Amino acid sequence: MSEQQLFQYALRLGDDALTLGHRLSEWCSNGPYLEEDIALTNIALDHIGRARMLLAYAAQVEDAGRDEDQLAYLRDCREYRNLLICELPRGDFGDTIARHFLVDAFNVPFFGALARSTDKTLAGIAAKAVKESRYHLRHSSGWLVRLGDGTEESHARVEAGLARVWGYSGELFSMDELETGLAAAGVAVDRETLRERWNQTVDQVLAEAGLERPADDWQIDGGRRGDHTEHLGYLLAELQFMQRAYPGLQW
Amino acid sequence: MSDRHELPLFEVFVRSKRGLDHKHVGSLHAEDHEMALQYARDVYTRRSEGVSLWVVKSTDIVASQEEDADAFYDPMDDKPYRHATFYEVPEEVKHL
Repeated sequence: MSEQQLFQYALRLGDDALTLGHRLSEWCSNGPYLEEDIALTNIALDHIGRARMLLAYAAQVEDAGRDEDQLAYLRDCREYRNLLICELPRGDFGDTIARHFLVDAFNVPFFGALARSTDKTLAGIAAKAVKESRYHLRHSSGWLVRLGDGTEESHARVEAGLARVWGYSGELFSMDELETGLAAAGVAVDRETLRERWNQTVDQVLAEAGLERPADDWQIDGGRRGDHTEHLGYLLAELQFMQRAYPGLQW
Repeated sequence: MSDRHELPLFEVFVRSKRGLDHKHVGSLHAEDHEMALQYARDVYTRRSEGVSLWVVKSTDIVASQEEDADAFYDPMDDKPYRHATFYEVPEEVKHL
């Protein structure tokens, strides 16, 4: 395993957390009501906290004089390595819950496994993240059931949200040469091994919510190669505006 | 805030550390008990204020009324023998 591989892996996980956390932070002051607004913002902060730790670690491993802020604010779209599911627009509340449920159901076993990584820093970050993710899953699965088993409109909206995001969920499990190599070294998690547990969680909660599991008629990936949806550019335009307009700004 | 449906009100009690009592800290709106518990966690323990939470539907709390104060509390005022002030506390007893 080379330092470059470890840098890429930490960067990927950091980008996942940063883009997903940013999308969720867009609900701040726009939540359906005060309590839910605070709940969503708290979860967004968990993701951004993770992003900070992972990108700081990536910068340290890279050892090229960059820090986590430069990684977050000064890379363009094609240099971002997050999964596409994390960058999709926040949509309505049904879209947000559908996306977060699928990701949370993955993150619980993922960070549980990463906490046993031979890389002590990644293991430490994962041990903290898995506790947060258990709570995130409780929040999103609770809402999925509430919306799915709620009114006609809430059912239709969360069903449409699931259908929109479903085709991006396969990328959660996709392995490439980098991650296969790191998994063999005990550093990374073999994503394929998490599919069964994810299926169980998803099917169980969908059944409780009275929702059908969407068909696997299309799946798309590309985030790990820098091939993103058109939405990431707009996300970064907002996320990076201050550092682009006022380089080196401190506050 | 939705104008169509007002969520029920819950009272929140937080225990700040083991061995201490739960204390009333405020209230919030939620659809059900599970949601109230999650919101209580997010709203009232986000700065590490607690190790345990109780949530109770506000409508389930029965409160004494202001106009009952005479009947409820005044009769206690002339019963000083209910206070343990007539006992001499031995010097060895601390923290009483």
